[in-house]
Parts: sequence; structure tokens; C-alpha cells
Amino acid sequence: MRNHQMLVEIFSESLGIEQEKVTDDLKYNSIPEWDSVGHMVLVAGLESKFNIMLDTNDIVDMSSVGIAKEILAKYGVSFEAESDAAV
Amino acid sequence: MLQFEHVALLAGRIALVTGAARGIGFATAKLFAQHGASVVLVDRHAERLNSAYQNLRDMVPSERLMAQLCDVSEENSVRDAFQAIFGKFKRLDVLVANAGVLDNALIGMVSSSQIKCIFETNTFGVIYCAQYASRLMARNRSGSIINISSILGTNGGAGQTVYSASKSAVIGITKSLAKELSSNNIRVNAIAPGFIKTDMTMSMNSEKFNERMVSIKMGRIGHADEVANVALFLASDLSSYVTGQTIGVDGGMLI
Repeated sequence: MRNHQMLVEIFSESLGIEQEKVTDDLKYNSIPEWDSVGHMVLVAGLESKFNIMLDTNDIVDMSSVGIAKEILAKYGVSFEAESDAAV
Repeated sequence: MLQFEHVALLAGRIALVTGAARGIGFATAKLFAQHGASVVLVDRHAERLNSAYQNLRDMVPSERLMAQLCDVSEENSVRDAFQAIFGKFKRLDVLVANAGVLDNALIGMVSSSQIKCIFETNTFGVIYCAQYASRLMARNRSGSIINISSILGTNGGAGQTVYSASKSAVIGITKSLAKELSSNNIRVNAIAPGFIKTDMTMSMNSEKFNERMVSIKMGRIGHADEVANVALFLASDLSSYVTGQTIGVDGGMLI
């Protein structure tokens, strides 16, 4: 599975939202499901599925799906362009 | 003395002990290893850490033992340590946040740098370790965090305001984390040792030492092993329904 799709599934499962809602501009606290409790569930999902351990500051800074991708890239998780992912 | 070495209470568990090079930390790490745990020794003193590692290496195979240099008062150092631990073991079951510094001073004589130093290690260090440990534990929805407070944290002591405050904070951290992490089946408890024979207490002057001894109802100083036994209880499934508690190990000491 490509990393982009994996990311979408992690967000969807962790926050209990439809996959269609997981876009780069989805922001922390912009929906009831992505509150602080949801955020920690999300972090656990990201760390577990991508087999990484995030810095606490990165967890605090992870304020949107797009920023989450940028942060994950620092840990070696690369994301293909979304257009590629749709091919 | 209780004899229960034949029961491996921590078989297969990964345990991290801070301030593990000597005293209560080393006694705890050794007991955990005897009970089948893989043990990560964390300390900021390289020589002492290496010595502790070599001591345990005689009884524990290298795949069940790790020494990690780390100053818990430095957030980046804690981060690096946990990332190294994650790299080797991929999980964590038990954290014993034991690292601490003692620096007594009357309230009018304590400098801001002393206050900062004590809180950075005794209090901030506990929080930094809990942040990373709880996330590793949450992956398996299981874990036990044991914070080492002090009888001075529960009762206070003249000339020990800052140390007492830093250890009282540890109890607050324990109670709050117990509530926050219970949904992930992570238990959080504290131990409040009384007067325990360690390098730290042995450096006291004789007048102060005797004053302390008189205040102990059991009439003797405690030993690091006796604190480690309680840590073992809290780390193991024997305490599966215990969280948010502070257990005194003080021989009935009154201060």
C-alpha cells in the first residue's frame, strides 16, 4: 500500500471519519473528532503503522494533514504526489 | 527475607529504569532482571552506567540488557534515549522514573539555579520520560509507570523546601497520569521512600543522620532492595488493579 493511502486510512480509523474527509487542508480542532484525545490516538496509529517514534514537538506541531506529511517525511516516510496515488 | 526468585514476575517484559547506575535504581534494575525482564539502564554518568551494566551483564544475556546514557533533565536527551530503546526493543512495558538530585538549603539560602536544577531533574525529567513511555505503552494498550517520589514529597522537611516541592510534584504527576492513561490500561503509581541507605543519604553529617534515625519507628535505615521489592509489585500483574497510588516505604518514619 502506498504511504498516502496508508495515511488516509490511519486518519480515518483513528478519528472515526470518512476517508473522503482526509485532505491536506484538514486541520486539528476543525472537526469534533480531531480533538486532543483523537490526536493522541492518531499519533499512536501513525507511529505504529509507519514504525517510527515522533518527537514530542512534532506531535504538538502536527496541526493539519498536510503538515503531518511534512513531519513524517523527516522520519523517512515519503509521500507520492496525490495525482500519482490516484493512478 | 522473602524468597521468590523462582517466580519470574516480569518474564518477557521490557523495563526502563532511570538513575539506574546505583542505589534504588540499580537495585530495581537488578531485581527486574532477576524476574525475567529485559532491562534498559538509563543514567547520565557514563562511568557509573558502564559499571552497572557490567555488573548485571554477569547475570543477564546481552540481548536482554541495554545501557543508555541520558540526562533526564534534557528533553532532547530523553527523546534520543527513547528512540534508541524503540530501535532495539520496539516496545516498553515498565518505566521506573527514579533519577533524582538532592540539594538541601534553607529557603533564604537557595539560589534560583539550584531551584532550576532540582526541578529539571526531579520533576521535568519525570514528565519527559512519561511522555515518551506512555506513547510506547499505548501501542500495546498496557504498561506500568512507577515514579519515585519521597517521604519529603508527602510530608515536607525543614531545609528541604525545593526538593520536597519537586517530589510533591511527582505525586501530582502520578495522580493525573493515572487518570489520563487508565483508558489505555497504563497504570501509574509512585513510591515514597523514607530514609534509605544510598550514597546520597550516606553523605549526610552524623548529627543529621542520627536525627533521622530517631524518627524511624522500625529503628533502622531502609535498604534499596526494600524499595525495589515494591517497584517489582507495581511493575508486575500482582498490582493489576492499582493505579494513582503513592506507597510509602519508610519503616514508619515520622517527619
